[in-house]
Amino acid sequence: MTAPFTETGALGATGELMAAPVIGIAFGWCLERAGLGCAPKLAGQFYLTDLTVFKVMFSALLTAMLGAFWLDRIGVLNLSLVSLPETFVLPQTLGGVLFGSGFLVAGLCPGTSCVAAASGRVDGLGVLAGMLGGVVLFNAASGVFPGVRHFYESTALGSVTFAEMLGLSPGMGILLVTAAALGGFALAGRIEKAHI
Amino acid sequence: MITTTKPYSDPYLAGIGLGLVLLAAFVWVGRGLGASGAFSSVVEAVSTRSATPLGDWLVLELLGVAAGGYLSARRAGRTGVVLERGPRVFGSGRILAAVSGGVLMGVGAKFARGCTSGQALSGGALLSAGSWIFIAACFATGYLVAPVARRLWR
Repeated sequence: MTAPFTETGALGATGELMAAPVIGIAFGWCLERAGLGCAPKLAGQFYLTDLTVFKVMFSALLTAMLGAFWLDRIGVLNLSLVSLPETFVLPQTLGGVLFGSGFLVAGLCPGTSCVAAASGRVDGLGVLAGMLGGVVLFNAASGVFPGVRHFYESTALGSVTFAEMLGLSPGMGILLVTAAALGGFALAGRIEKAHI
Repeated sequence: MITTTKPYSDPYLAGIGLGLVLLAAFVWVGRGLGASGAFSSVVEAVSTRSATPLGDWLVLELLGVAAGGYLSARRAGRTGVVLERGPRVFGSGRILAAVSGGVLMGVGAKFARGCTSGQALSGGALLSAGSWIFIAACFATGYLVAPVARRLWR
């Protein structure tokens, strides 16, 4: 039986839908355990007083990246069947800029705001409401101004990895991310020591 | 009020746990984790009055996130109605910041086709070019805005 199970036919649509709450509960549990339901803690990332966001995010990214790579290598997981998000250079740059400023102002991101709201944080509820408002605003704007829609679809490169774009092998891309993350962890330790 | 709350887990251990959850999503359903997509689905379902958003994978997953967050917080004694804020921002100011930050992230996540979960974490782990563009733009902007918005958090 090769993975991904729902893509290879080992599990049907019910198996896919059943996975959603199970994976979600585990996801929310990990975020809360790390303290990521607490907005001031997240904001500390941008004032270099608390680097939990970086540490959690990049140790998670590294674990999943290396796990997926090696499961693919030993033939357990067919990585080409795992959906790779498409690249739209300019919209994703603007999206990142807007999202990053919102992240700093709110102190929470969409996933962590759910954890915050569920544990009783009123600011988490505010972020949830704002997110819904932002989606409505975007939909309205792209309905009224064709330019927004046009920009949204611009600079499309399809499903592509940065390794492919730079002419590197997948293994080399993995090595680069691993080295950068490990360097970041060492740096994070130093920054936090300097603050004590 | 005396409450006993457990300290947070080690960030690297929690991160490895989160990474294994993401890996399980890759193996089980061939997709990553997500959050902002669920907000889109809810708006879509409400505005078209077509179907209930409860059949949507991301909506079900995000309800799970809320449940998991609640269970973990309750076990650690961290539940309670609280407004988390910086030391110099009070009630309505913090709510205003939370809502406006949410609006910016809502619009940003639409342009980016995802947020910190779907793009940065899941797409990043698959080395997606656009995900890494998003990570760079998001964190660079966060650090640029931080000194300007210092009053919110310091």
